[in-house]
Amino acid sequence: MATESTAAAVSSCVNDAGSAIGMPQLCVEWMPNQIFWLVVALAVIYFVLSRIALPRIGSVLAERKGTITNDLTAAEELKAKAVEAEKAYQDALARARSEAARIVAEARAEIQKDLDAATAKADAEIAAKAAESEGRINEIRAGALEAVTEVAKDTAKELVAALGGKADARSVTAAVTARLKG
Amino acid sequence: MAGEAHSEGGLVFHPMDQFIVKPLFGQGPVEWYTPTNVTLWMALAVLCIIALFVLGTRGRAVIPSRVQSVAELAYGFIYKMVEDICGHDGVKYFPKIFTLFVFIIFTNYLGLIPMSFTPTSHIAVTAVLGFGVFFAVTLLGFYKHGTHFLGLFWMSDAPLILRPIIAIIEVISYFVRPVSHSIRLAGNIMAGHAVIKVFAGFAAIAAISPVSIFAIVAIYGLEVLVSFIQAYVFTILTCVYLRDALHPGH
Repeated sequence: MATESTAAAVSSCVNDAGSAIGMPQLCVEWMPNQIFWLVVALAVIYFVLSRIALPRIGSVLAERKGTITNDLTAAEELKAKAVEAEKAYQDALARARSEAARIVAEARAEIQKDLDAATAKADAEIAAKAAESEGRINEIRAGALEAVTEVAKDTAKELVAALGGKADARSVTAAVTARLKG
Repeated sequence: MAGEAHSEGGLVFHPMDQFIVKPLFGQGPVEWYTPTNVTLWMALAVLCIIALFVLGTRGRAVIPSRVQSVAELAYGFIYKMVEDICGHDGVKYFPKIFTLFVFIIFTNYLGLIPMSFTPTSHIAVTAVLGFGVFFAVTLLGFYKHGTHFLGLFWMSDAPLILRPIIAIIEVISYFVRPVSHSIRLAGNIMAGHAVIKVFAGFAAIAAISPVSIFAIVAIYGLEVLVSFIQAYVFTILTCVYLRDALHPGH
């Protein structure tokens, strides 16, 4: 601010105290200077920006965009590969599962066959054993009946004798037989 | 300035003294070539622009440094604006529009430094910018489209009776464009700086000074916004005018 008062002497837009007369914006005396330096400044800025800065920033932005696009493409590829790998894994799994199921079914069928054969054999054996036992039982039952008749006749004879009766063997036997039949 | 306010005993405001153009060296008259405070603050703006856009992007890093990302942000901001408004054939004018934007925004923000000088507060500066854009765009329109460029003023979808009236209004508004374009910028910046100075003058009274300082802070915050918004508005209007030159048929 100190230079303001000294500038007073040489400008018609500044009073003796160094203050502006009216609006400094309207001081025609200063305009050529402002316009000249403005044009210089704009020329320098335009030169520096258009020759150096803007192409550089543009190329950096383009390079970044390219890098990002490449990375995205690579990521996309990797993702496709991962999906493929997963599909292969799932396929292998499914195949293994069906194979296992087939083996299980086969084993089950074989076992069933063996089991059926063994069952049939056992059934046949059991039937034979049962038939044999039936025969034996019938034999024993027949034997037992005979023995009962014999014992009954003897017992009847002994009873008749013990009671003091006198009976011939034939009539006693006939009576017991009749009784047993009844 | 606060010291000066008391120089004559009472409150004296010199809100316009901050806009005085003076030589940097000596006390001679201000010739067109004299290095002045205009030169100094424009040169500082140029240096800041070089620091940000040339030195800041020196690494050409795919993963940017902080300064480089600011430069890229500015580039992307203006590039998208030009592309959105002017279309793809406007992109080749992007360096010129970007030059305008960075010059205005850097001089605006450097002007917010206390005791600094703001070239964009001068109508001489903004008028060169505004009329420069106006003439460039008009010549480009005639160069690209010949007399078809005049179709810009002839609304072919309006009723026939109204067309001449609309054409007159359109022509007037077209020629007012550079005036409003340049005065808008200079007026906003000048008004903000002058208001701050007026409040600073009031700060000489002890009783009012707290209010005054609060007001300065508030206006300063407003000016931070205005500095960006005016640079943005100037740039976007330049894009709009350029679009009219490139596609006069709307």
